[in-house]
Amino acid sequence: MSNTPDDRKYAESHEWALLEDDGTIRVGITDHAQELLGDLVFVELPQVGQSVGKGEECSVVESVKAASDIYSPISGEIIAINESLEDEPEMINHAPYEDGWIFIVQPIDPNELDELLDDEGYQAFIDED
Amino acid sequence: MIKKTILNDTHRSLGARMVDFGGWDMPVNYGSQIDEHHQVRQAVGMFDVSHMTVVDVSGVQATAFLRYLLANDVAKLTRQGKALYSCMLNEDAGIIDDLIVYYLDDNNYRLVVNASTRDKDLAWMEQQAADFDVRVDERPALAMIAVQGPKARQKVCPLLPDRLGLSAAEIKPFSACWFGEWFVGRTGYTGEDGFEIILPEDKAVGFWQQLIEAGVKPCGLGARDTLRLEAGMNLYGQDMDETKHPLESGLGWTIAWLPEERDFIGKKALTAIKQQGKTDKFVGLLLQDKGILRGHQQVVLPDGQTGEVTSGGYSPTLERSIAFARVPASIADSCDIDMRGKLKKATVVKPCFVRQGQIQITL
Repeated sequence: MSNTPDDRKYAESHEWALLEDDGTIRVGITDHAQELLGDLVFVELPQVGQSVGKGEECSVVESVKAASDIYSPISGEIIAINESLEDEPEMINHAPYEDGWIFIVQPIDPNELDELLDDEGYQAFIDED
Repeated sequence: MIKKTILNDTHRSLGARMVDFGGWDMPVNYGSQIDEHHQVRQAVGMFDVSHMTVVDVSGVQATAFLRYLLANDVAKLTRQGKALYSCMLNEDAGIIDDLIVYYLDDNNYRLVVNASTRDKDLAWMEQQAADFDVRVDERPALAMIAVQGPKARQKVCPLLPDRLGLSAAEIKPFSACWFGEWFVGRTGYTGEDGFEIILPEDKAVGFWQQLIEAGVKPCGLGARDTLRLEAGMNLYGQDMDETKHPLESGLGWTIAWLPEERDFIGKKALTAIKQQGKTDKFVGLLLQDKGILRGHQQVVLPDGQTGEVTSGGYSPTLERSIAFARVPASIADSCDIDMRGKLKKATVVKPCFVRQGQIQITL
């Protein structure tokens, strides 16, 4: 049974978006996604300063099974990336909602977050599969 | 309707992640695929491979039939239980399947063929068998469990029925012994020592449980794939198929050209291909840049010629990405790989990365 914390929002493409106190949005992939992917072995991170649109692919995670695109759940500019994933991609398996975060976006319009699913909505979405 | 092996409920109760594997509902992993991989390299793990197809060939012309059917020569098999790896070719030398054939006696052989090619294999064998005094019998009621790793033999032998354990402890690599419906081959698809055990379906769940109690960890087909890739073993459907011949698939060593008087299906085409001498090469790749090699990525040579990755992935033993590729014969010691539009550097190596727990290439 995968874990879906209620402090953040979710995209149907299995990213989570957490609004930080400073108004930035931290992004990662869900517990359900990492379970489906299996052991992660490589993360291609976006570049700091890169602008991204909502739903735009900006990173790639590769597991023992396959490569999977990561879509930004929000429009804005990438202001930080989790460089420790370069050496420890398995952090995403171990702590998908904490140390396994992938990038941080300075949003153009934080209201875009409202278009995402809440934890119950996401849980219902993955239970349909 | 998806097919299930007799161990399906067992896999589910162990918490396996199940996937559709060529029409079979099979475990891809039970937890971490990388842990399962290391388990086999360092100790012992087991795989349910009951989806594979067991075919018995019998009759007074069994030897003559198989010498014609297969590109390798079963006449090399003179000791009871000895196994041989071979391709089964069509007339154009395209690979219909790769298989293992065990010599039981002059009138009896056992073949293990791939699950994904079952129907066409059986149809082809039946068709070719028409001119020979032989029977081709599929054995669907048999399960198959592969126990692999340096500790495999010590774990398995005490659990085999009657005196089979004693015989199994004695057999040489690439040989088999049997007792009743139990058949034990010292073969595998991991590059480690171990057994592939064919047994009656109604014994499979109990035997699997006994192996677990003895400390043998269940491993999924995900780990089986990374193990065989490291070991330099081809996968049918990925590294070769009917549009490819053995000489461009790293399988030239499996063709028995001698004795010259032996005819086999595909020999004429293969001889012509060899004489032309323009065959692509099948190589191993070790990625030097970051990323993961995957099947179908394009290989770019310094002179602009291109090839293709056939199987690729992450090697848990090397902690690097490795692959097999089919490339122009002029390839030297390095090349580029097109990964989502970016070129990444790879070195060209022999397609055998890890055997018996030992790294075989220079990193």
